[in-house]
Amino acid sequence: MSILVNQNTKLLVQGITGRDGSFHAGKMKAYGTNVVGGVSPGKGGSTVDGIPVFNTVEAAVKATGANTSIIFVPAHLAADAILEASEAGIGLVIAISEGVPTLDMVKVMPYLAKKGTKLIGPNCPGLISPDEALVGILPGNIFLKGNVGLMSRSGTLTYEMVYQLTSNGIGQSTCVGIGGDPVAGLYYLELLQMFQDDPETKAIVLIGEIGGDAEERAAQYIQEHITKPVVAFIAGQSAPPGKRMGHAGAIISSGSGTAEEKIKAFEKVGVKVAKIPSEIPDLIKQVME
Amino acid sequence: MKIHEYQAKEIFSRYLIPVTNEVVCYTVEEAVAAADKLGLPVVVKAQVLAGGRGKAGGVKLARTKQDVPEMAGKILGMDIKGYTVEKILIAQGVKFSSEFYVGLTIDRNSKSVIFMASSEGGVEIEEVAKDNPDAIHKFVIDPDLGMTPFLARKIAFALFSDFNLVKQGADLFQKLYRIFMDTDSSLVEINPLVITEEGKLLALDGKMNFDDNALFRQSAIEALNEPTEDELKEIDAKEKGLTYIRLDGSIGCMVNGAGLAMATLDLIKYFGGEPANFLDIGGSSNPQKVIDAMNLILSDKNVKVVMINIFGGITRCDDVARGLIIALDKIKVEVPIVVRLSGTNSKEGLEILKEANLPIVETMSQAAQKAIELCK
Repeated sequence: MSILVNQNTKLLVQGITGRDGSFHAGKMKAYGTNVVGGVSPGKGGSTVDGIPVFNTVEAAVKATGANTSIIFVPAHLAADAILEASEAGIGLVIAISEGVPTLDMVKVMPYLAKKGTKLIGPNCPGLISPDEALVGILPGNIFLKGNVGLMSRSGTLTYEMVYQLTSNGIGQSTCVGIGGDPVAGLYYLELLQMFQDDPETKAIVLIGEIGGDAEERAAQYIQEHITKPVVAFIAGQSAPPGKRMGHAGAIISSGSGTAEEKIKAFEKVGVKVAKIPSEIPDLIKQVME
Repeated sequence: MKIHEYQAKEIFSRYLIPVTNEVVCYTVEEAVAAADKLGLPVVVKAQVLAGGRGKAGGVKLARTKQDVPEMAGKILGMDIKGYTVEKILIAQGVKFSSEFYVGLTIDRNSKSVIFMASSEGGVEIEEVAKDNPDAIHKFVIDPDLGMTPFLARKIAFALFSDFNLVKQGADLFQKLYRIFMDTDSSLVEINPLVITEEGKLLALDGKMNFDDNALFRQSAIEALNEPTEDELKEIDAKEKGLTYIRLDGSIGCMVNGAGLAMATLDLIKYFGGEPANFLDIGGSSNPQKVIDAMNLILSDKNVKVVMINIFGGITRCDDVARGLIIALDKIKVEVPIVVRLSGTNSKEGLEILKEANLPIVETMSQAAQKAIELCK
């Protein structure tokens, strides 16, 4: 078991003929993900890496039975691509595109809710259930199958953490990059619950960063609903106030959303917080014993 | 992106939201002429892209004719949170009874636009949020419905008891929502919104921030951008695919990914060092990026050592290594460099770097400690 993606994932790649889309379609296929098709308006009938390309998501779903879609289209077209996937009955959409206007996402959300479509991202690296399916741009070789569920707002920091876990022999059930945008799909609370319900997951790593109050809310949720051990790390402990450090989420304004407050919120509910990334494996070992 | 108060109020005016009579001035002479035209008293307000102007002494009430040149002279050229005041607003003094706060922003939790309203206007809303959170009413706006008349009335009833004011308020709030949506704002605020002696609502101040991701379709807004020198450097970096923020320390940093870059700064601080910058070279691995990044880091004369922390995902370590070799060949680098490469193609990358004879370490903790050591 794992969450969200597994051997039953039948993946579509929207924007498969673009530079990133074609590159990562090949990478995901090589990892063993069941990539059943691609979508690129006007390129229907061609193939990329042996993967059939369709003009519309609807046609692709009809022909392949796809249940998951990953989006690589340019940012200003991303909201429409998400809606197209949802309309065609895709149950899980992963939006990699970076720089999507916030109000585009605000307008998309009610429709996804109505259709019951789950969204991850935008501006995220995707997710992986090691040895089952890679749906994203994560470097598959650093992951190891195991029992730790991981969620993170950042891409490369996820790789760093996974690398630390894997080199200490600690495998992962599923690792999810939720993205750093202000309005995004699945977030800590939904994923915490999924990991809680997943029998394979024995412990959870939550990697947060400064800005917003999602970590504080996660802390409260953990206290009320999560019985599995959780370990956390917060990036941006040294960030100067008011500066935006790359992610829209990572901005401290007026004393809210600081690393200190988030760490305090976690520690209050018994979640161990690593001060530096290399502490994570030891903390996980401690809580899993 | 941020704009000045007077620019926000110009946008409000275009949507027929009542604002104070006012003139933007660049000199004391212009300020005196503006005050003559508007009539005393006037409020002299610094126009800078930073909050807390009042506390910094950037907002003054001029009651007499002599006050105007004196205050304008004092405020022009003043430094507020690192911004030099180059223009001031001369605004007609208004007699009013009560002050309110109204604002729109994006709410991450409801994934919607949210309207905030409070009877405790005129003070920093963050203070109210901290001390008396119940004094702020919040209304989530359904993106499918928008600001319906009934919702606008509901908000207005939360603030006003006089039905005449409720009607004015409801109309104003709908306009404010339209502005937010039309301009791809991330924040629209009126603080304070006041009731004048004549019983009219009036925007005494205005604040607008915009979604940088949407500027491509907001050319009129983008034209208002006034980047500072540091921001120009940041914009230049962005055009090269880099995210750069200058800090005060002496350890230059080159990292891929925002989260890892932040964690790298944290780690340097944790071990007792001071980072000179935040620099995210992003996802793709073009050797030119590494050269540009190196130039950018070294343009800061405080840098005594450069720490490179790369975790290859999409970024390929061998590309970074190649870029680094070219950079070292092209630019005269007089400070030591510490390199940590992990992930995609790290073996190949380290092989390439061997010939350059750079100190190579295995983990980011070691890199930070080594950089600090070399800094001393």
